[in-house]
Amino acid sequence: MAEGFTILIDGKRAEARPGETILDVLRREQVETPTLCNHQHLTPAKTCRACVVELKGSRPLVASCERKAEPDMEVRTDSERVQNARRGVFELLLSQNDVSTAPGLVSQAEQLGAVPDRYRGQKYERGFFDDNKLYVRDFDKCILCYRCVEACGPDVQNTFALTVAGRGFTAGISAGFDETLVDSACVFCGNCVEVCPTGALMDRREHTLRAQGRYDESQQDVVQTTCSYCGVGCQLDLHVDRRRNEIVKVTSPDQHPITLGFLCVKGRYGYSFLEAEDKPEEAVKGA
Amino acid sequence: MTAMHEAVLLRRRGAKAGDLKSYIGSGGLAALKKARAIGPEETVRILTDSGLVGRGGAAFPAGRKWESVRTAKDPIRYVVLNTDESEPGTFKDRVMIESDPFMVLEGLLIACYAVSATRAYIYVRGEYRHVAELLAKSLRELQQAGHLEAVGPNGAALEVEIRRGGGAYICGEETALFRSIEGYRGEPMAKPPFPTVAGLFRKPTVVNNVETLANVPDIIAFGAKALRSRGTERSPGTKLFSVSGSVDRPDTYEVPFGTRLSDLLELAGGGKDLQAVLMGGAAGTFVFPKDFDLSLSYEGVAERHTTLGSGAVIAFDRETNLWQVAERLGRFFAHESCGQCVPCRVGTRRQHEMLQALAEGHGRGDERGLLTRLSQVMTDASICGLGQTAATAVRSLLEAESAGLLAN
Ligand SMILES: Cc1cc2nc3c(=O)[nH]c(=O)nc-3n(C[C@H](O)[C@H](O)[C@H](O)COP(=O)(O)O)c2cc1C
Ligand code: SF4
Ligand code: SF4
Ligand code: SF4
Repeated sequence: MAEGFTILIDGKRAEARPGETILDVLRREQVETPTLCNHQHLTPAKTCRACVVELKGSRPLVASCERKAEPDMEVRTDSERVQNARRGVFELLLSQNDVSTAPGLVSQAEQLGAVPDRYRGQKYERGFFDDNKLYVRDFDKCILCYRCVEACGPDVQNTFALTVAGRGFTAGISAGFDETLVDSACVFCGNCVEVCPTGALMDRREHTLRAQGRYDESQQDVVQTTCSYCGVGCQLDLHVDRRRNEIVKVTSPDQHPITLGFLCVKGRYGYSFLEAEDKPEEAVKGA
Repeated sequence: MTAMHEAVLLRRRGAKAGDLKSYIGSGGLAALKKARAIGPEETVRILTDSGLVGRGGAAFPAGRKWESVRTAKDPIRYVVLNTDESEPGTFKDRVMIESDPFMVLEGLLIACYAVSATRAYIYVRGEYRHVAELLAKSLRELQQAGHLEAVGPNGAALEVEIRRGGGAYICGEETALFRSIEGYRGEPMAKPPFPTVAGLFRKPTVVNNVETLANVPDIIAFGAKALRSRGTERSPGTKLFSVSGSVDRPDTYEVPFGTRLSDLLELAGGGKDLQAVLMGGAAGTFVFPKDFDLSLSYEGVAERHTTLGSGAVIAFDRETNLWQVAERLGRFFAHESCGQCVPCRVGTRRQHEMLQALAEGHGRGDERGLLTRLSQVMTDASICGLGQTAATAVRSLLEAESAGLLAN
């Protein structure tokens, strides 16, 4: 294995290993760095530009999530230029998106001192799509982070149902030629929902409960189990609303060695039989 | 001193343009022959010595690019001729090819030979259908006459593919261009890795502008000094400029580097009562009469904080409202942003909205400050040159306005 080396972060030496990105080093050194498109299991899309840093020798700022650390790199994260650029990214997003289900985005924006109404103008309006039984797509909330495209494509699912269509401000996520999901290549694994950082993609049940004011994470317990559909043995976390003893959604731990948080349609959405055993009459009526 | 229109690259412009017999009759293809006699290493050395820098906008030394691909470990390499020419106000590559397709193609063949390219691609702007057809016809003639033989690696015939773009400015950016050829959305990739290391299909790739490669045959045929006999020490050779707007004779002009901007404008029949020129296209800056004496060379424009960019020179008279021009530029960038990164995707939109307000005179008063602030975010944080330069012209206009240089 190749030797470790050091880089300079805001004037201080920090250890780095070959293959690591600047962001990896920043995280280990606990230098707080905002990110939106970055996801631990996905290829860096380097599109949101929230994590930019100043790199000696580079005229523009560079995305720390994507740029590999090299010996003796000199990185600055504390300069006014960096702070201004990061704040700008959040201010631009706040000027276009509905961020009501994106608490991570909002809190990072606050930390940076972003002014929500700095810029005004046309909102991002790509519409609400309710075209299947398992999840809804509210693209007014989409920040085009590319996570869902990568998860549906080569990074996880290899289904390639999703792509970016159009360009500039009107670019957006599309299942082929703006097909409904049912008519697209989608296999309803829900892995795009899993990685979406803004709630633009949301399980139908969560969406319905939110609309009814009944979605409350503090009232949920997580029950661990193993998926019973096949022999792979994916761990499932059943999120159960303890008030109604009702499953609100199913996820898998993002560090689970088999799933890395990703599931298939059966594990993620095929849970109504559990409720049928408890409350057969309700299951017949439909959830 | 009045400038001279010095036809070097454009010397075959006119009646016999695009005729292979007369091209060869006037010395054409001698450079390719010489390159094959002296070998790849020497060919690249001559190019490096000539000091030729890329004419596509980034002014990168052509010899350095060729040398790193020539010496790459990977046996599969590509050469791409960037004929996407989509910068507003820029038409010199089209004129170059229309005037002398064989000189451009000979430059391409020499490049392929020098770096042992396994295949060449010519990426032509979608709207330039006739240019693509002219190139295809000329290539066919070269091939039928056997001139592509043994230009490829290990004595193989060279394969050249012509690809037409789909009408997106961004596909002129080299990495987006690669994606487009590969069959994906034209979205720029992060650099590094640079194209010479991992370019088209992640293989070492030389990508050059039309005018860059058009310079190559003379350099190889007559030596590095041929280029250095014109222009300045640091900007050797001649340069093509697309001059348009408020001038009597808009056209492509070829002048030695170091020519004064005012002389170029005079050549084009303008310059008397101009308010400003936009140098370098949409991604360039506005230059005002006080700077019309600037030297058209890389060092000359740097001194005055402007750029040669793509070689576009757009002249505006005193009647023109430059905020309306800026609004058009803003619309262009908002329309052409690929949409990948936030600073450019949202930033070009916000910029255009504010420019619209200013051009129509119903701003809220805070636009100028916001535009300055936004320009910094876009310049610093965008992925590629489009977003990084989308605010350059606007910023130069804001500065000019504060200095009281606008006519209305
Ligand atoms: C948005 C954008 C558009 C570009 N369009 C062109 C183009 O149309 N033609 C071109 O030759 N270079 C264009 N470039 C520059 C290319 O990326 C590249 O630097 C150039 O083709 C290299 O050739 P050269 O070294 O011969 O100049 C563009 C760059 C950007 C950022
Ligand atoms: S549910 Fe799965 S297959 Fe369908 S779009 Fe999302 S990631 Fe792709
Ligand atoms: S839908 Fe969600 S995951 Fe997909 S690009 Fe938009 S914000 Fe990102
Ligand atoms: S700067 Fe603009 S054109 Fe370039 S990658 Fe970003 S969005 Fe696309």
